[in-house]
Amino acid sequence: MGIRFILMVNKQGQTRLAQYYEWLTLEERRALEGEIVRKCLARNDQQCSFVEHRNYKIVYRRYASLFFMVGVDDDENELAILEFIHLLVETMDKHFGNVCELDIMFHLEKAHFMLEEMVMNGCIVETSKANILSPIQLMDKAH
Amino acid sequence: MNPFSSGTRLRDMIRSIRACKTAAEERGVVRKECADIRASINENDPHDRHRNLAKLMFIHMLGYPTHFGQMECLKLIASPGFPEKRIGYLGLMLLLDERQEVLMLVTNSLKQDLNHTNQYVVGLALCALGNICSAEMARDLAPEVERLIQFRDPNIRKKAALCSTRIVRKVPDLAENFVNAASSLLKEKHHGVLITGVQLCYELCTINDEALEFFRKKCTEGLIKTLRDITNSSYQPEYDVAGITDPFLHIRLLKLLRVLGHGDADASDLMTDILAQVATKTESNKNAGNAVLYECVETIMAIEDTSSLRVLAINILGRFLSNRDNNIRYVALNMLMKAIAFDDQAVQRHRVTILECVKDPDASIRKRALELVSLLVNENNVKQLTKELIDYLEISDEDFKEDLSAKICSIVEKFSPEKLWYIDQMLKVLSEAGKFVKDDVWHALIVVISNASDLHGYTVRALYKAVLTYSEQETLVRVAIWCIGEYGDLLVNNVGMLGIEDPITVTECDAVDVIEDAITRHNSDMTTKAMALVALLKLSSRFPSTSERIKDIIVKQKGSLLLEMQQRAIEFNSIVDRHKNIRSSLVERMPVLDEATFNVRRAGSLPASVSTMAKPSVSIPNGVAAAPVVDLLDLDSDDILAPPSSSGADFLQDLLGVDLGSSSAQSGATQAPKAGTDLLMDILSIGTPSPAQNSTSSIDLLSTADVNSNPSFALETLSSPAPPHIATTASAGGMFDLLDGLSPSPSKEATNGPAYPPIVAYESSSLKIEFSFSKTPGNPQTTNVQATFINLSPNTFTDFVFQAAVPKFLQLHLDPASSNTLQASGNITQNLRVTNSQHGKKSLVMRMRIGYKVNGKDVLEEGQINNFPRGL
Repeated sequence: MGIRFILMVNKQGQTRLAQYYEWLTLEERRALEGEIVRKCLARNDQQCSFVEHRNYKIVYRRYASLFFMVGVDDDENELAILEFIHLLVETMDKHFGNVCELDIMFHLEKAHFMLEEMVMNGCIVETSKANILSPIQLMDKAH
Repeated sequence: MNPFSSGTRLRDMIRSIRACKTAAEERGVVRKECADIRASINENDPHDRHRNLAKLMFIHMLGYPTHFGQMECLKLIASPGFPEKRIGYLGLMLLLDERQEVLMLVTNSLKQDLNHTNQYVVGLALCALGNICSAEMARDLAPEVERLIQFRDPNIRKKAALCSTRIVRKVPDLAENFVNAASSLLKEKHHGVLITGVQLCYELCTINDEALEFFRKKCTEGLIKTLRDITNSSYQPEYDVAGITDPFLHIRLLKLLRVLGHGDADASDLMTDILAQVATKTESNKNAGNAVLYECVETIMAIEDTSSLRVLAINILGRFLSNRDNNIRYVALNMLMKAIAFDDQAVQRHRVTILECVKDPDASIRKRALELVSLLVNENNVKQLTKELIDYLEISDEDFKEDLSAKICSIVEKFSPEKLWYIDQMLKVLSEAGKFVKDDVWHALIVVISNASDLHGYTVRALYKAVLTYSEQETLVRVAIWCIGEYGDLLVNNVGMLGIEDPITVTECDAVDVIEDAITRHNSDMTTKAMALVALLKLSSRFPSTSERIKDIIVKQKGSLLLEMQQRAIEFNSIVDRHKNIRSSLVERMPVLDEATFNVRRAGSLPASVSTMAKPSVSIPNGVAAAPVVDLLDLDSDDILAPPSSSGADFLQDLLGVDLGSSSAQSGATQAPKAGTDLLMDILSIGTPSPAQNSTSSIDLLSTADVNSNPSFALETLSSPAPPHIATTASAGGMFDLLDGLSPSPSKEATNGPAYPPIVAYESSSLKIEFSFSKTPGNPQTTNVQATFINLSPNTFTDFVFQAAVPKFLQLHLDPASSNTLQASGNITQNLRVTNSQHGKKSLVMRMRIGYKVNGKDVLEEGQINNFPRGL
């Protein structure tokens, strides 16, 4: 299992989306998110996009005011995860049109549906944006 | 959505949460919303469910409890409409986990949905199952998933494939059912199906060796072809990332090839060409290309030896390392750690660059580089690398010093060519980062100092100089105090000057100043103060002229808030005051500490590092023992018996060889005799560390791990009435020997092989039970036990019944007792026969109950007997 969790956090450190692929209790999650966010937000643009924390490796990337953070196993390809984050953002962009924090907040379930089409049980399911979005667009049309 | 329903809309809730200025405000809003949702759940209006769950997911994301919404998920999943199901499954994945019993309720709905006519519903169910299924669900639903891997629509096939990875991970027995289906997925053209199929194969290979063999035989060539096809494929806009077709698929394929090639020369051979092609042709100016290269390098290094490829891989890493992009440098460092294993020389060539990375402003890179450097160190470059690292220690960030100093210490301990160098380096580290140094490290340093008798003078002077400048470094102060206490006279008289030293003038007063400073400093901790106090006592004898001043300092400590310090101050004061005649012999220099035993003990106490620590302790000839020590002296076997007291107390106790630490922690009853034995033991085992004794204790330690499994364990013959748990301490060997000499059981019995000393199985105020043992020749499993019941009370016991129970691996036969009346101070006997089916593996244990009447009143006594001799 490569990906253990995916977080989207804004500049103030507020979680905007959290998807875990392993079970953590509420308290553990809150603590973990707090620690990771503090670590990542303290870093500057010149520093690398990887942070080691507990037994996770956090791969993160900042897009405007939003941080995308992915927690992975030690043997995961960090550069590929970075590429995956970009794919996720591109997919959301394609759907929302220049995605921003508010899009994710007010369409949380849609953001989750997209993630569901991309990642399952910590593994990548699909890398084509069209394939990812087609079931979601189908639903939108039905409404 | 029903506009007339009560409660706020989702959008409004999010707005009001967003508007919150403080966390308290947010909690208020959430509390109110949760109350509304609960109320709405109770009304059980199906129209509100969708919205309630959407709100709950938001609230859950913020980190508030949402368990009350779990049943709503199940209701939504069970409803017929797709939108309800979709949100229901999403809620299921977010709010529930496989450990909750509620989840069992959903199995049936999942089963129905997996067989649904609408493929999107099937997709939802697969996704949910793949994310959260438990072992039970995996078993129940595996046949459905297996069938769906062959479904006509590729979007279902890919989800079924990933769902299977979870199923086989939960229930590895099911792996073989999926092997054929997985191999058929590898022939697909659809990228989604291909990437998930590859991941399923990878999973199967890691959990099942037969599957690995199967895929290696049947699929290696196919996978290589697939990789070649996508590498050479023309531009595909849907999958193109920076000129590379589907880098994600590339990476997954390379990962699977890695598993197939690892340990198999034929498979490795097959993939040589394609790996070389990927390694040379992939564009490295974009992240996607580098990700593929990185994966390719890892695969090249993992498969069987193809040296030309490895040169290629190392070159790629060299290029990565000199890249300006920090991400690339980070992965290069990561990968070089793996490369060391097969090509140390090639990695050594990059040493300078790697050392630069240790000083990088980026903490992630620093950490990786430091790990790598510590792997690069060997006997030849240790001096140079250590110098670089220590130089950097002086200027590094405070928060990095802890990691850095720990690494330097371990490098120095491991590779030090000579003691002088070791001591010098350790002093530098302690001076720069003493407050971060762990206890075992400075303990080890003291042991080494103690063993380097020709360097005592040099060391104590160097420490004296260092401590004047770096008095805030706690561990430096401790080592300095200890050395000044021990070798104060060498400090003052400039004894044993080395050629490299500048002579210094230190008066006796100066030396005492340093210690006084440490003991009076407000932020010195208990250990330091305790050590200082002992050092003062020692100096009072070494420097008679300062005796009065030292007495004043000691007297001040009588007012210490720490009980330990108070007590010690009073005792030391009376030694200084009244026992001048024995003082000098009391505070003689410590005998040389036994390095070998400490190394073994420290290694034993750090199981994780045993393998790395074992090596240096073997290579003692190179001067410095690499160290590991738990405590300074081999004495504190009682910290296992007594509740752990503070390290300060242990230390003091060690230094004096008297049982100080545990005295306050132990009950008065056992205190006196114990202190006596300890003292005796300490004096004997430390003062005369006979080779025989040492070797016993190290054997003991080495074999402690198999105490349970090894019947011929050395201790068995060292028969002793001591309870078995003592045997797990290193000093136990010594103690056993000593006790043997003291205990009533004659030592010849101990060496006589399997004869077993009697034990007191139970003792209360009124009753004592003794067991003596004998074996029938030729039947080692069976032990004959003669139990003697002794009445300690002035009353007669009537209706005396002894009952015993044993675990399943034992069989117990009880003969009738010699009488059922036990006279005052009289005794009766009863024979027991115990057969141990796990003879040699497990020791005897027994629970017992004794019932009798005293003056017509029933009395019941119970107990458990754990102190059977080993090997019965």
